[in-house]
Amino acid sequence: MTAAVFFGCTFIAFGPAISLFLFTIAREPLRVIFLIAGAFFWLVSLLLASLVWFISVQISNKESASQQKGLLIFGVVLSVLLQETFRFAYYKLLKKANEGLLALSQEETMPISILQLAYVSGLGFGFMSGAFSVVNILADSVGPGTVGIHGDSQHYFLSSAFMTMAIILLHMFWGVIFFDGCEKRRWFVVAAVVVSHLVVSCLTFQNPQYVSSLVPTYIIMLSMGIWAFYTAGGSLRNLKLCLTCKDKDFLLANHRPR
Amino acid sequence: MNASDSDEELYNERSALVPSENPEVPSYRPDPDHSPTEDSDSKTTGFSRRTRPGGGSEREAEPEEEEEEELPLKYGAKHVIMLFIPVTLCMVVVVATIKSVGFYSEKTTQQLIYTPFTEDTPDVGRRLLNSVLNTVIMISVIVVMTILLVVLYKYRCYKFIHGWLILSSLMLLFWFSFMYLGEVFKTYNVAMDYVTVAVLIWNFGAVGMVCIHWKGPLALQQAYLIFISALMALVFIKYLPPWSAWVILAAISVYDLVAVLSPKGPLRMLVETAQERNEPIFPALIYSSAMMWTVTMANPADDQPSETDEEAELSGRRAEPQRRQPGPILEDELEEERGVKLGLGDFIFYSVLVGKAAATGGDWNTTLACFVAILIGLCLTLLLLAIFKKALPALPISITFGLIFYFSTDFLVQPFMDNLVNHQFYI
Repeated sequence: MTAAVFFGCTFIAFGPAISLFLFTIAREPLRVIFLIAGAFFWLVSLLLASLVWFISVQISNKESASQQKGLLIFGVVLSVLLQETFRFAYYKLLKKANEGLLALSQEETMPISILQLAYVSGLGFGFMSGAFSVVNILADSVGPGTVGIHGDSQHYFLSSAFMTMAIILLHMFWGVIFFDGCEKRRWFVVAAVVVSHLVVSCLTFQNPQYVSSLVPTYIIMLSMGIWAFYTAGGSLRNLKLCLTCKDKDFLLANHRPR
Repeated sequence: MNASDSDEELYNERSALVPSENPEVPSYRPDPDHSPTEDSDSKTTGFSRRTRPGGGSEREAEPEEEEEEELPLKYGAKHVIMLFIPVTLCMVVVVATIKSVGFYSEKTTQQLIYTPFTEDTPDVGRRLLNSVLNTVIMISVIVVMTILLVVLYKYRCYKFIHGWLILSSLMLLFWFSFMYLGEVFKTYNVAMDYVTVAVLIWNFGAVGMVCIHWKGPLALQQAYLIFISALMALVFIKYLPPWSAWVILAAISVYDLVAVLSPKGPLRMLVETAQERNEPIFPALIYSSAMMWTVTMANPADDQPSETDEEAELSGRRAEPQRRQPGPILEDELEEERGVKLGLGDFIFYSVLVGKAAATGGDWNTTLACFVAILIGLCLTLLLLAIFKKALPALPISITFGLIFYFSTDFLVQPFMDNLVNHQFYI
């Protein structure tokens, strides 16, 4: 029974992300490297946020539960802001690296486009964020017993898994939108990403009322997904061509006339 | 059981010999002649051959040149991935073993003879002092072994070195694997008879010796090398006292830096001696991810511009450009193209770090953080290699990142994440 919970939750949380990785990133070494670098940047942002939170906890009143909770909320908000700051920093670094690569290379075009970088870095952030949120929970779900003995919700594992999946996909969408906003200097887009990230995190303050946190999160995820799709150059026409297997790449790969 | 001398010898020879690999740097120059000019391939000694299945003196062929007009970065990125995968596999094996087989993370009172000072004292200062002393002893042993190796190499005592290596891999492949198998059986409560175990270990060890020291399929050889690095790392994780292990990790990165970059460093002297003699630097146990190309070559004259081999090789802790002697290309010679080599000492220490992160505390976040940090360190090392094109140690950056992330994740991030998970807040 616990094995079922473990495998089920693992695949719910990481299924989409791992399939994205396997099908689009695993074969390209450059993308893998930038994915791991994205994960690293997320990690550094978390480190800084934890440092600040830790210091604030040390100098606060450890007895008062409400103060601790307040500090935690402050920590969450700070962490979100730091994550977005590091996303911006990664964007800057990638722009510089791209220029360097172009200067170094013999070809005229860059080996990896900024859009691919946006996707890959978003997914890197997502992987790390999801992993840190859920891996310990998954490890505990294998063990003997399950949650809920003190009247806590029994849907803890499942809701964590769904939330994690949403967060990973959201990070990917945010990555695409954010980089595009930075490229085109549309700062309201960047602000929208930051605000939606804050909203999603603050929605989780309502846990364990899972309905009120998960449903809006998924709505936000879907809308971000659609926005990212249009940002990346998708359109209804592309989608239709793709789904009916008539798009150019598919045709070229299969040598079929349109 | 008190771990014997040979444990340390193995470790030492691995750490001592591994830096003496023939280090190579990938040529990232956008050369007009499109031929990266590094070579690591004047490996004509018999020993080097064993690391490549059927490797002879490898030369390069012309047809590959056209395919090689790739972006220098793509060339580099592929090498990075070719190193990421084995390093990841080794770490996965170590972490999986630590998390499932209790033996390797149990506290033990036995210690290696190289770390004689105990850490059982309640006094923090004394414990710290003991770990530093342990480290000093360990590092001195390594330095002595390295110098011994350099001396042996200088006086051309090749047979001695070969014998030493064969003995140590025998030990690893048979004795340590037997112990490992025994512990796995104990964990899963599998009843097993000695006859079956004898047959299994005999086959495993014999095939391993053949693959590593002679010829064998590349994938099998790589798998064996990864496995023995993991075994060695597990031995360290078990028998090194906790604080000493961390101090040793830090100290060995510093030693690596010094030994490779300073003019009088033993490793550098080894490299220079080998270069003077135009021989491959001692090809001990190194992981080779080379792709083999069998070439029958045509016109030697055409080969002139492309005869330098492109093998990029990272030694245990460094890489160095090395020119290869030009010469006519013979037919039917096996060739190793674009191979990347990394010394097993690196595998071992990376895995020790990640394994200790997994062993202390039941926390996966720390393990993940160390893993990502080490990979990024490796990536940065390769990048620096591409920029500086000279001998660079491969341990310091990764181990530094790994240590920083281990301690900060363990002390700072973990309480934060625990609190978040308790309330199910998501960041």
